[in-house]
Amino acid sequence: MAHTVGVSLYRDEGVVLRTQKLGEADRIVTLLTRDHGRVRAVAKGVRRTRSRFGSRLEPFTHVDVQLYVGRSLDVVTQVETLAPYGAALAADYPRYTAGTAMLETAERLTVEEREPAVQQYLLLVGGLRALAGGEHDPGLVLDAYLLRSLSVAGYAPSFGACARCGAPGPHRAFAVPEGGAVCPDCRPPGSASLAPEATALLAALLTGDWAVADAAEPRYRREAQGIVAAYVQWHLERGLRSLRLVDRTTPEGGQTVRATGDA
Amino acid sequence: MYEGVVQDLIDELGRLPGVGPKGAQRIAFHLLAADPADVRRLAQVLIEVKEKVRFCRTCFNVAEAEECRICQDPRRDPSVLCVVEESKDVVAIEKTREFRGRYHVLGGAINPIEGIGPDDLRIRELMTRLADGTVTELILATDPNLEGEATATYLARLVKPMGLRVTRLASGLPVGGDLEYADEVTLGRAFEGRRLLDV
Repeated sequence: MAHTVGVSLYRDEGVVLRTQKLGEADRIVTLLTRDHGRVRAVAKGVRRTRSRFGSRLEPFTHVDVQLYVGRSLDVVTQVETLAPYGAALAADYPRYTAGTAMLETAERLTVEEREPAVQQYLLLVGGLRALAGGEHDPGLVLDAYLLRSLSVAGYAPSFGACARCGAPGPHRAFAVPEGGAVCPDCRPPGSASLAPEATALLAALLTGDWAVADAAEPRYRREAQGIVAAYVQWHLERGLRSLRLVDRTTPEGGQTVRATGDA
Repeated sequence: MYEGVVQDLIDELGRLPGVGPKGAQRIAFHLLAADPADVRRLAQVLIEVKEKVRFCRTCFNVAEAEECRICQDPRRDPSVLCVVEESKDVVAIEKTREFRGRYHVLGGAINPIEGIGPDDLRIRELMTRLADGTVTELILATDPNLEGEATATYLARLVKPMGLRVTRLASGLPVGGDLEYADEVTLGRAFEGRRLLDV
């Protein structure tokens, strides 16, 4: 748990979202912390091979960190690893690419620095744990994370009742701008048509019903993935850069499918 | 604001990586006070580097000819290929004098958050080099950080059907360091890669 040590020093748990090189041997590390939201901090000398931080400040690492409040950026003073998810993810390319899309989403959905975002933090930690654990298809873990993080941010999609008039579902049409499934009367032109199985999969991903999600056939996974990608790109104005690079190698066919984001 | 060309010089220097407005001003006044011959030599080198230096057509290392010196050297073993991210990694490995094979410079590492995917690196060119069967061992010497590891994983998976011997540089404890300061991942790797001490 976080607690304040002195005036200008604080301790928190967080996940490393991104690192950027700074100067000769430093890095700027972006963390999503439990109590302080998204924080950008300088890790001094971290790029030297003999740095005491070592690999602890690599993206995906879940850390217990002590920071010193700086003028514009905080400074990392101590780090302990809680869970090194990066090692497991970097050893599996589809998981790595799915994970980077999760990190980018977490960064984009926590708009203000230092604004507490506990739910986003817990969701990200849970998502990374599931991804590194390898129990589910990485593409499904990513889609579940994306749907839930958007819900936490206030963009919960509706997969049951019509998103416009509330008519009970299930409905076959999905309108991204309307925020979910739409009935035949409300269906705007250009809405996507979804198989009932794909709608069921999306609902299962949103609620965490893994028995249903894991049993979904690849073609419905692809349909659901297209909807999720379109939904994410619609709500995050500039779109996610990493989403187009997600490697969705299907375990059944070994065929590589990349998310297009324009389904 | 300074007059004309002095301000132009400060502005240009300020665009260099790691040089801020104060640093740019300091360098500009150093150049103003410096011996004209020294400044002329610097200007000449700056122009030459842009005119002469290009990328080796085989390995994409920086070169002054069509091919770099390493690719031209017949004494280098063509059956061992070492894949690195940047030209500066070639220099770092050359300093060890341990490696007598050849190189392939990818031009970076896969970093989806920054929008860098496999198609943005020289992976297609690497596959073309491997196709003729000369190379029997591929050494993946990308950086031992997350992006470098992921790039190595991607390449290992890609070349697997070719039946090459694919190796990864060892990682573990730095020489001259203290064990207690090693982080868990590094120390774990050192255990994984421990070797038999045959004395």
